[in-house]
Amino acid sequence: MIEEVRSVVRQRLSELDGVVAMRLTEQGTAPFLFVDEDQTGMLVLEPRYPVSETVSKLQKRFKHAHFGVVARGCDLRALVEMAKRHQIDPDRLTVIGVACSAEQAAACYCAHPYPELEGWPETSMVGEPVAGAPRNPLVEEYATLLMEERWAFWQAQFAKCIKCYGCRDICPVCFCEACALEDPLWVEPGLLVPDFPMYHLIKAMHMSTRCVACRQCETACPAGIPLTVLYDLIHADVEELIGYIPGADKESGPPLSLTLADAPIKSDLAY
Amino acid sequence: MDYQNIQTICPFCGCGCALNLEIIDGEIVGVLPAMDHPVGHGGLCIKGWNAHAFVQHEDRLRTPLIRENGEFREAGWDEALALVAEKLGAVKSEDGADAIGILASAKCTNEENYLLQKFARAVIGTNNVDHCARL
Repeated sequence: MIEEVRSVVRQRLSELDGVVAMRLTEQGTAPFLFVDEDQTGMLVLEPRYPVSETVSKLQKRFKHAHFGVVARGCDLRALVEMAKRHQIDPDRLTVIGVACSAEQAAACYCAHPYPELEGWPETSMVGEPVAGAPRNPLVEEYATLLMEERWAFWQAQFAKCIKCYGCRDICPVCFCEACALEDPLWVEPGLLVPDFPMYHLIKAMHMSTRCVACRQCETACPAGIPLTVLYDLIHADVEELIGYIPGADKESGPPLSLTLADAPIKSDLAY
Repeated sequence: MDYQNIQTICPFCGCGCALNLEIIDGEIVGVLPAMDHPVGHGGLCIKGWNAHAFVQHEDRLRTPLIRENGEFREAGWDEALALVAEKLGAVKSEDGADAIGILASAKCTNEENYLLQKFARAVIGTNNVDHCARL
C-alpha cells in the first residue's frame, strides 16, 4: 500500500510543483512538500495531520503553483468544504486518494473511510475502499441520557478544558481571521475554565455545516474531551434538518450562505 | 518552493512537549503538534500553539540594551555583561551576597540551570535561587 502511494507520487512529481503528504524523519512525522523523487522513501500515511490546511497555506503563498496532495477520505471532505469557501483552489490541485483500512476506519469510527474523487481533475486512487465503521458507542450511550444528564455530561467534560484553542487551531475548516472565540464580547479573556457552554458551543455552531468528521480536534485536545460526540450529533441534525452533509458534494454551496428566500430549513412549524 | 516541519521542544515550560514549526521558504509560519511524540501525544497548550509568534517578531530584542538617563541604547554583549558584573559586584560589596537573587528559567536546559545555580552559590555566594514560574 505505502509503496504504491510512493510510486504514484514519484510519477506525479514530474508534472507537479510538489506533493503534500506526511514525511517520517528521525524527529517524527509531520506534513511535508515532496518536490523530489528521492524524498518519497520517507512518505508515510500515519499519524494523521490536517494536510488540507497545508495545501491551503501553500496555495495562498504560491499563487500559480499546481500541487498534489495525498488525501484520505476526511482530508478530501475538508478540501471540498475549503474549496466552497475559497480557502483552496481545486483547479490547481491533484488529489492522490488513499482508502483507509478497516482497522483505521474503526479507530476513527469513520462512516466514510475513502475519498470520493468524482469531479476532481486528474486524480489517482490507491487502495480498495472499505465499508464505514460503526458509530462511536458513546454517541449511542449519550442518546439514552435524560436532558439534565446530558447537561451534566457536557458540563463535566468541558470543565476539563484548558482553553488551548487547539481544537480550533487544528480544525481544517475553521479558518476565519477574525474569530469570535477571541472576541471579549463572547469569550472573557483570562478566564479559565472558559465559560460553559459559550466557548465550546460557539465553535460547534460555527462548524455545524462544515465539520467533516476528521476527528483532528479530539486528537489535538490535551484534556481528552470527546468533542466528536458533540459534532457527530450536530452532523446528524444538519443532515436531517437541511439535508446537507459537509464534504460530500463539491458542487452544492454552503447551506448557510444561501439567501433567506430559499432557506433550506424544512419545518412543519407555522410562523 | 519549500515547505517542511522542524520538530523542536516547546520553550515555554518544563513539560517538554514537542511541537513542529511549519516553515515555508525559511520563514516560520505556524505550529503543528507532534502527533507521535511521547510527551504530548499531539496535545499542546495555548503557549505551545503560539510558540512561533515571537521568533521572527519585529519587537524582539536583537542586541542588549543599556538604559542611560531613562533611555535605552543598543550595546554589544561584552559591554552589557561587563556592566552587569560591575553592578552585581557593587551590590554584593555594599549589601552582601544575599541581597542578590537568581531566577532560573524553564526555557533553559537542565545543564544551563545547573550552571545558573552554581553561579549563584559558588560565584555570588547566595542560596537565593528560584524559578521563573514563581516570579
